Amino acid sequence: MMQSLPTPTQENKKKPINIAAVLLVLPALVYLIVTTQLPFIMTVYYSFFKWNLTIPNDRPFIGLSNYLSLFTDAQNLHVMLNTVVLMLSVVVLTILIGGAVAMLLNRRFLGRGMVRTLFISSFLVMPVVTAVVWKNMLMNPVFGFFAWISQQLGLPAVDYLSQYPMASIVAMVTWEWTPFAALILLTGLQSMPEDQLEAARLDGCTPLQEFWYMLLPHLSKSLEVVVLLETIFLMQVYGEIYTATSGGPGISTTTIPYFIYQKAFAEYNIGLASAAGVLAVLFTNLVSSVILRMIGRNIQGAQA
Amino acid sequence: MSSIQEATLKPADTSKMAISMVKSSLLTSLTYLVLLMFLFPLIWMVMAGFKTEAQAFATPPVFFFTPTLENFTRAMETYGPFLKNSILIVGGSTLLAFLLGVPAGFAMALYPGQRTKSTLLWMLSTKMMPPVGVIVPLFLIFRDAHLLDTHFGLILMFTTINLPLVVWMVHSYISEIPFGIFEAAKVDGASMLQEFFQVAMPLALPGIASTALLCVIFAWNEVFFAMNLTSSTAAPLSVFISSFKTSEGLFWAQMSAAATLTIAPVMVFGWFAQKQLIRGLTFGAVK
Repeated sequence: MMQSLPTPTQENKKKPINIAAVLLVLPALVYLIVTTQLPFIMTVYYSFFKWNLTIPNDRPFIGLSNYLSLFTDAQNLHVMLNTVVLMLSVVVLTILIGGAVAMLLNRRFLGRGMVRTLFISSFLVMPVVTAVVWKNMLMNPVFGFFAWISQQLGLPAVDYLSQYPMASIVAMVTWEWTPFAALILLTGLQSMPEDQLEAARLDGCTPLQEFWYMLLPHLSKSLEVVVLLETIFLMQVYGEIYTATSGGPGISTTTIPYFIYQKAFAEYNIGLASAAGVLAVLFTNLVSSVILRMIGRNIQGAQA
Repeated sequence: MSSIQEATLKPADTSKMAISMVKSSLLTSLTYLVLLMFLFPLIWMVMAGFKTEAQAFATPPVFFFTPTLENFTRAMETYGPFLKNSILIVGGSTLLAFLLGVPAGFAMALYPGQRTKSTLLWMLSTKMMPPVGVIVPLFLIFRDAHLLDTHFGLILMFTTINLPLVVWMVHSYISEIPFGIFEAAKVDGASMLQEFFQVAMPLALPGIASTALLCVIFAWNEVFFAMNLTSSTAAPLSVFISSFKTSEGLFWAQMSAAATLTIAPVMVFGWFAQKQLIRGLTFGAVK
């Protein structure tokens, strides 16, 4: 194939544009432009205006004021901090737990295929289902399963969602995303050459050294992928928060997606919601440009 | 695994083997225990679906009971219309994403031009874009075009979610087919259409089928657009389930039955497509 040749760009330049091929790509391309790029440009445009839908005809241009408010208003800053807290905690926890699970699954044992298959279940659960089940049946301070366990251990029952709201959301989202981290890290572990490990063991390498000097460097790329992709996907967490806490108590679990929903659909503050939307996209773009470069290299690699 | 131990048979090694066997079975038990803990919320939910409402929120929790199907039959009454909406919207959007995405993925894999790679990467980048970046104008456009709370409106948005995935997956599956096969077909005078239907499609079919499963999974579980662009008539299951968010005790069994019905199909699809699931989510960033 063209791109597998040593000088792909030169080869491609010689080739005339294949009109039939372009026509096959065009509908998908146009569709995506119309449904993602045009609305985003409109979002950017709205973000410069003070515009409340309840007063539709009064729409003064206010420049960067919406952005300024995002970065100066203590409440809005708190929302952004919440988003970062949620993202960081879930990324760290899923890597720790998912990594441990990946190590456990990276052995030969009876029923391994089945265990691996069943393990992804929590990732497949609709976020809203996760939230209603955790909220009502597990975390309920009186009837919930966790309350019963606390009682058995002689501890007082805890109203998790009102006492530790962010930690509760982190727990749910971690539960959902651990399989994702585990499976990617497992893929990384499985590509570790067994003979290298055996050679190291013969040289008297302790398990800890083996982990630190061999496995961890080998896993660095998988870890990078988990961090980058989870950051992108966690930036979008919405269903769990909407269903479990509605952003509360107060604004303690309001993250950017929920904030935008509230500003736009409860307060009709289109300008501020748009500014927050632009920020979310800019942030995601920053992260995804790294991951896209990685994917780009692999696309080339796959065709070689 | 224990090839080193097996190679030499000194008496000291047999005890070493015994230790490693004990260690191995302990690790296996630990793995099963961790799995059980992870599945517990789901097991608990499914169990509650088969309990009476009193059993479902009894303290101490009821572990052994005579299962009843009453919750499922009762849930079905309210669940039905939302299920119909979900199927219509998910099916419609998967179909539309395939109509647009399969030809694009095919053309980009077989006839790469100068801009193909950057186009493909740009398409993937739209999959990573947070929906909150577009929801405000989309809501306003939908409102003015009377698309709010319609099946068609959600089909359009769910297509946007899955289209980059379809293009990327189809592209990667067709790229994996040895190029010689296409060259041979070309030598035999195959047209682009024949290449598509007679070479690419049959060979990439398993991959394309699992791509469809992924589309169904992602669209089925989508919440953000569903909540903000529908209210009642076109609301899919995610909206219905979220209406249980304030159920304090009394409706746990019924809620669990509805939730079980909601996640069951996706769960089965996901188990079948687990390898492709990771591939689809990482866009080939890990090999």
